[in-house]
Amino acid sequence: MARVELNADAVPRFAPHVQFRFDAKRTQWVILAPERLLVPDAIAVEVLRLCDGQASIFTMVAALAETYQATPETLEGDILELLQDLMDQGVLTL
Amino acid sequence: MSTPEPPLALLAELTHRCPLQCPYCSNPLALEGVEGELGTEEWCRILDEAAALGAYQVHFSGGEPALRKDLPKLVRHASAAGLYTNLITSGIPLNGEKIDALAGAGLEHVQLSLQDTLPEEADRVAKMPGAHAKKLEIARCVREAGLALTINCVFHRQNLERLDAMIELAVALGAGRLEIAHVQYYGWAIENRQALLPSRDQIEKANALIADAEARLKGVLLFDHVPPDYYARRPKACMGGWGRQFLNISPSGKALPCHAAETIPDLRFDNVRERSLADIWVESDAFRRFRGTGWMPEPCGSCDRREIDWGGCRCQALMLTGDAAQADPVCELSPDHGRILQMVKNEAGQEVPPFRYRRKAN
Repeated sequence: MARVELNADAVPRFAPHVQFRFDAKRTQWVILAPERLLVPDAIAVEVLRLCDGQASIFTMVAALAETYQATPETLEGDILELLQDLMDQGVLTL
Repeated sequence: MSTPEPPLALLAELTHRCPLQCPYCSNPLALEGVEGELGTEEWCRILDEAAALGAYQVHFSGGEPALRKDLPKLVRHASAAGLYTNLITSGIPLNGEKIDALAGAGLEHVQLSLQDTLPEEADRVAKMPGAHAKKLEIARCVREAGLALTINCVFHRQNLERLDAMIELAVALGAGRLEIAHVQYYGWAIENRQALLPSRDQIEKANALIADAEARLKGVLLFDHVPPDYYARRPKACMGGWGRQFLNISPSGKALPCHAAETIPDLRFDNVRERSLADIWVESDAFRRFRGTGWMPEPCGSCDRREIDWGGCRCQALMLTGDAAQADPVCELSPDHGRILQMVKNEAGQEVPPFRYRRKAN
């Protein structure tokens, strides 16, 4: 097994046994993984909600660029970095 | 006093029975018997209450939780209640069929303990012939069932030189996580301290090796490193702070802020047979006593790390200073820190005595 390095064509999805869910009690999105809890910030939540195992990172960036009226080029680097970090943490897979 | 945040996780110690006898077991010296164990319906109620209280995860633990015949039922119940389910096991009572049944019941993750990479050494520590071979078989079954796998290994002076081999083994077994847990000195481990306590040299080598492996295996294996208390300069945030994140239920239903809390003599623990989990979490004496920062004497009270390490560990403070409300003497700022340095000097590197194995007193 080797580390996966993401590029814009990649289609990430949540790894098996990782749950991304809204906690109504604390009104926050959380990521549940083996003996771990991650609380993604607002931007990460927006990105992760597009992570459905269908959309490529390129598609996700385009959608977010439209929502935030930004150019995809300005967003792509940050979003790739965020998703790569979550890949490295075992939260996402291909 | 304001209402505390809800707990993040429930530690469900289903039983203190275990086929292994590891000399560093985190269970108390006075092991609870099968006759006092909570029943299936009682555990189901606790799981419902934990979920309602806001816990995200349940850790089924022990002893060996798989000795309970109702484990699949409890996993199914927890999962239906919305809890993320972890099983912390020796693997010994399991087999492929049982693991498939647990996966079918909604289990997400198995944390499997290994004692060493050398079979004869692993079996000597567990005091069970054939234990290591069985565990390797169970790791394979867990991955075949599609479950997430963590390998946990407790490290000490007699196995630290195989840390590198354990990292390789975890990768080979398909684990996503490796928990490198240096012995924490409570209960059984205190009884075996001289046989377990590593030298400073061993610890420094291990730290360098872990840093290197973590970089090399980024994206392949996650590391969860429990550092050795006695060589630290600042204490661990024990349990993420007393009564802040975890609720531990003993096999007979005692609600504990941590699994060693019963060593503190003047705390009163409520039992889930008599009070709801929500009541206990908010109001019980044991959970309130060291919650937050209001109880802290100096040097903790005015320390800018008081909401980072929460004063360290109360049980350790009691053990080493005689007073559970003192700063954890692991901290360099504690007036009692010298006692740890002296103890390490006296014990590390001395002759290795035989183990006193974990077993129930007759």
